[in-house]
Amino acid sequence: MARANKPLPESPSQTAGPYVHIGCMPNYSGIEGIYAEDPGRQILDARTSGTRIRIYGYIYDGDGAPLTDAVIETWQADAAGRYPSPQDTRGAADVNFGGWGRKPCDPQTGEFRFATIKPGRVPYPDGRLQAPHITLWIVARGINVGLHTRLYFDDEATANAVDPLLVQVDPQDRVATLIAKSTGGGGFRFDIHLQGADETVFLDM
Amino acid sequence: MSDESGHHAYLPRDRSWQPPGLTPEYRSSRLRSPRQPLLRLPTTLSEETGPVFGHALLGPQDDDLIHNYAAAGESALGPRILVHGQLRDQSGRGIAGALVEVWQANAGGRYRHRNEGYLAPLDPNFGGCGRCLSDANGYYRFTTIQPAPYPWPNNPNAWRPAHIHFSLFGPAFAQRLITQMYFEGDPLIWMCPIVNAIPHRQGVESLIARLDMDAAVSMDMLAWRFDITLRGLEQTLFENRSEGL
Ligand SMILES: [Fe+2]
Repeated sequence: MARANKPLPESPSQTAGPYVHIGCMPNYSGIEGIYAEDPGRQILDARTSGTRIRIYGYIYDGDGAPLTDAVIETWQADAAGRYPSPQDTRGAADVNFGGWGRKPCDPQTGEFRFATIKPGRVPYPDGRLQAPHITLWIVARGINVGLHTRLYFDDEATANAVDPLLVQVDPQDRVATLIAKSTGGGGFRFDIHLQGADETVFLDM
Repeated sequence: MSDESGHHAYLPRDRSWQPPGLTPEYRSSRLRSPRQPLLRLPTTLSEETGPVFGHALLGPQDDDLIHNYAAAGESALGPRILVHGQLRDQSGRGIAGALVEVWQANAGGRYRHRNEGYLAPLDPNFGGCGRCLSDANGYYRFTTIQPAPYPWPNNPNAWRPAHIHFSLFGPAFAQRLITQMYFEGDPLIWMCPIVNAIPHRQGVESLIARLDMDAAVSMDMLAWRFDITLRGLEQTLFENRSEGL
């Protein structure tokens, strides 16, 4: 059967704009009564297995000002390193864990916060284990294509040192932009810099 | 390609087809665009998996923006329209069970948002958000009112063409996409710095919904057809190439 060999072009991305909250978190934006709950508001519940952690931080623009209108999405494996997705065919993930979150930056301060569990290790395509990490995706006014990055953990230094993605960061001193810093009590600080000397490593994967 | 860990690589994103990060004519991009090159790597399980959404998530009026914020017996003001199309991957195969989220201004060009101060009034019967899941063949549909163009402070006399924002999930997080749908025949499309961030005219054309008289509902609503393509698997295309040899 003759089929086109050339892939269709992906639809072009357009900015989520300043009013992204209307569509992605209407209750948060004050539009109540349409959705029972904003999707992604809770990443875990009381039955979820794993070590509780809290991630918080800011997204800074090229002037060093925190974004107050951005939305950040998170995607991660469960505590055993399995994704709650049919695309992960290695075995069942924690049924009490959705793996996906969506949070606003605070409209006054710009701080984002999410409570989750520490993810387990997931294999790289060649079978090597990746260090525990959370995928982040950032959209906002002024961002034409959603920005993809990863959050790794500073208490996983041994795993980070041989992580198949981190070892490909060039120059290596930029790896520091991908490591969340433990602040005690399960808290981790992770700041994202869109530009400047501390610009975060963004991914094209 | 697939391996024993269940890994299925997605086609790399064609960055020459997508808008670059920095598009100075769209002023907000100047301070919000990375300046270092993106780290370009093949997908891993972290990008090849994605969240699952089911029908339990949806309320009965989630796909009806005409009524989902309206008082009982009332409806939103503006031209009633049906928006529909197919969500597919780069192999052309429909994507089933995908969450499609939309948001838009009202028929006067006003958003229901605390940061929005345009002169046009709010419509008490219009919230501006909706969602649906694609069917087994990737088709989605929702009903709404036609949004109006609106002014914005990017440059003097800047107006956004009428548009609906779309947020899309495929089975893999690598497919995650937010874009905007425009309306065929709107002269403002070609003046817009956000639209013009797209490098190729054919790319812009692919975001313009076509008036679809076959799907219009007589004495009720016009219809607009908008197909959306998300990233596809490398393997699918490899198989196709084999067939063609
Ligand atoms: Fe808009």
